Amino acid sequence: MQMTLAINGQQHDVDVPAASLLVEVLRDTLALTGTHIGCDTSQCGACNVLVDGRAVKACTMLAAQAQGMAITTIEGLGTPEALHPMQQAFREAHGLQCGFCTPGMVMAGMEMVRKHGTRLTPELVTHELEGNLCRCTGYINIVKAIVAGAAAMEGAAHA
Amino acid sequence: MRDFALHRPANVADAAAAFMGEGGEAAYVAGGHTLIPAMKSRLRMPDALVDLGRVGLSGITSADGRLWIGAMTTHADVAAGATAIPGLASLAGMIGDAQVRNRGTIGGSLANNDPAADYPAVALALDAVIETDRGSHAADDFFQGMFATALADGELITRVGFAIPQQSAYAKFRHPASRYAIVGVYVARHAAGWRVAVTGAGPGVFRWAEAEAALAAGADTAALAMPADDLNSDIHASADYRAHLCGVMLKQAIASLN
Repeated sequence: MQMTLAINGQQHDVDVPAASLLVEVLRDTLALTGTHIGCDTSQCGACNVLVDGRAVKACTMLAAQAQGMAITTIEGLGTPEALHPMQQAFREAHGLQCGFCTPGMVMAGMEMVRKHGTRLTPELVTHELEGNLCRCTGYINIVKAIVAGAAAMEGAAHA
Repeated sequence: MRDFALHRPANVADAAAAFMGEGGEAAYVAGGHTLIPAMKSRLRMPDALVDLGRVGLSGITSADGRLWIGAMTTHADVAAGATAIPGLASLAGMIGDAQVRNRGTIGGSLANNDPAADYPAVALALDAVIETDRGSHAADDFFQGMFATALADGELITRVGFAIPQQSAYAKFRHPASRYAIVGVYVARHAAGWRVAVTGAGPGVFRWAEAEAALAAGADTAALAMPADDLNSDIHASADYRAHLCGVMLKQAIASLN
């Protein structure tokens, strides 16, 4: 099936089976491997991407359903040289250990800023983070990172 | 996931035509947050999917004492927008997690009628009218047991009208991983009387007549005991445990009526 996907501001024409999940096209067809597959059962949130600004689990959406929508993956946020403030906050707060869940966690943070603005409380972040699993950190530093990352986005061009 | 033919119609009539035109098994996909996992595990293997993402049908309006919600409205949008019925908005905000709520839809949830889903409880307690491309159904007749509804093959929900109650609230004891209700109780006070709906506990959503009568009589609901005989029993909770939870959730819902 021919489809065109708008990913990180760029149009991609792909020819994939109709049954292809968004995360499969991102990773396998387009080599955008920053989006991870943790559970593949809509639980863990490692595959979070933004679709028209909203965080969704890319393992539970057909690529075909994302046609005509603006998709943002972790590759579209920052670069290794110039991290997005939300990514920088994860680095500074040590909001990761193995890093596998991190792309989804960063995207979850972006979703919280979209919904609630840049002044987040740890309680709100903890509640909003229930769709993201981490098996290393115990979440404490992830919550700190998202609170700090959101604050750093205040007034920034990234917000 | 096994491959399938995919239709992406732009309106309800074309969606129904695409569904009915399929020779094999066809399925509508709304938010896909039940269907896609079921297809991945091959519990469902439709030959064709009709994606409803382009047909419209989302939005919230108020008319004739009812709050009307388009079938494709996401849980997130109901949580944020159903301010006329705080209990309904609160219920929508308890479904799944933030990402699930961004994709899952009210129409999809009602059509699926999972015995542990949240929306069937509020639809029953708020005497909902479920409109389709072919007519309408009263909630009292719509839910027909586990994953069964009054919908005919290919019949498509277009919008749902909830009677705006004087007061209502939902209390849910959720499974910590799936976030479905182990037991959820929705209590609503209407001008015409009380309605209490229970989800998660039995093989399908049901009204708790004894609780409704007790509330109508102003009697003490703490004395109510849900019989465990017909309730679900599984690795998560025994029937007796669920029966007890019905009373606890009823108490919590009554305490948070608004």
